[in-house]
Amino acid sequence: MSHIAVIDYGMGNLRSVSKALETVSNGIPVEVTADPERILSASHIVFPGQGAIRACLGEVQRLGLTDVIKQVAAEKPFLGICIGMQLLLTHSDENNGVDGLDIFAGNVHHFDLEPTQALKVPHMGWNQVHQTSAHPLWKDIEQDSRFYFVHSYYVDPDDDAVTAATTEYPNTFTSAIYKDNIFAVQFHPEKSHHAGLQLLKNFLNWDGQSQT
Amino acid sequence: MGLAKRIIPCLDVDNGRVVKGVQFVDIRDAGDPVEVAKRYNEQGADEITFLDIKATHDNRDTMEHVVEAVASQVFIPLTVGGGIRTVDDIRRMLNAGADKVGINSAAVTNPEFVREAAEKFGSQCIVVAIDAKRVSADGEPKRWEIFTHGGRKETGIDAIEWSKKMVDLGAGELLLTSMDRDGTKSGFDLDLTRAVSDAVVVPVIASGGVGELQDLTDGVKLGRADAVLAASIFHFGEHTVEEAKQQMASQGIEVRL
Repeated sequence: MSHIAVIDYGMGNLRSVSKALETVSNGIPVEVTADPERILSASHIVFPGQGAIRACLGEVQRLGLTDVIKQVAAEKPFLGICIGMQLLLTHSDENNGVDGLDIFAGNVHHFDLEPTQALKVPHMGWNQVHQTSAHPLWKDIEQDSRFYFVHSYYVDPDDDAVTAATTEYPNTFTSAIYKDNIFAVQFHPEKSHHAGLQLLKNFLNWDGQSQT
Repeated sequence: MGLAKRIIPCLDVDNGRVVKGVQFVDIRDAGDPVEVAKRYNEQGADEITFLDIKATHDNRDTMEHVVEAVASQVFIPLTVGGGIRTVDDIRRMLNAGADKVGINSAAVTNPEFVREAAEKFGSQCIVVAIDAKRVSADGEPKRWEIFTHGGRKETGIDAIEWSKKMVDLGAGELLLTSMDRDGTKSGFDLDLTRAVSDAVVVPVIASGGVGELQDLTDGVKLGRADAVLAASIFHFGEHTVEEAKQQMASQGIEVRL
């Protein structure tokens, strides 16, 4: 492996992501970068993101990264995190509607719950992730392990076959999706202690091809 | 099965050391922040909050280094508060490895700062810290107002109205401290906690007054808090975070064990 690229479009806790990756990368350099050449030459791609989706997409476009992301998402082991997952869908309801990169057919919806003391939005904290498909990224992670979430929108893919995990809040929503060389999660592995670091380690050990 | 209630140890930091005072005076040394944070992480803390209690220029630089050192070794959410006044302050702390920042006095001075911060960095990383004190007399319907400068300066702002306003401006979470209880070890102000938690849709962290483990459970069950924050109960070895979680779990609260 040459290096791992964390796509830097100025949104979110990039340092947290890169520090967590460095912890499990066995010395392989982790580069936080917006340079298309460094992204295209990396062995593994991490696409993080936090904040409002329109602002995130705007920065991706302003930096001219749309086609670069589409290209690496078609070729290399690719991990989307939080907004970096939501941007892979066709469309998001956030910010009065935003078109995503359409790598997964589907929508991103708001939790849209009645304000009650029992259920708050954002969905913030440690919740259980129920693995619904076998995948190399779940290696050595116990079923229903808790990961750290912070989000108000969730993905709703058209095809249930792409769902890798679900979570309850209070209804069941999709908390991880996958196809081919792509894996994407709503939660923050970089903030999820042992289980999160294991998932990142599994990602770096993944060739992007094996699916079990 | 579902979202766990969170326990958040709070580290009051001054001059690169963890300290804990009773109502912000009589400060005791409680150790090196990196070591303390690592210990709480291993005990199962769900997040860690750092408060820069003096918020001087020098302290801010020190805090940045503390956050950097902790964020390289502790992979759970980190919040930094105290003296966060500008977009640049926020950017520095996030770049150092913080996941959220706590905004307190600056929100009172300029509420639009909360909106600006939420638009720039996302509501998920904007925690508004609210210091409230009861202003109603015994026997009257309870009312609380906002105080700044460690509880010394009154503002005349109603705490419930303020909480709603902060959420409307983009706060993703509220850190609610009872200035009457802070450091007293007499338990959270449960009426205040419940009143604010019921008034807003975002998560509320109860703070101020934890003296025993049952106080944490009460904060969730009676105060309807989504998370509970405590300092001295953990700092001086009275209890571990794990014990606190076991105690909460034994009373039917869902926690991450």
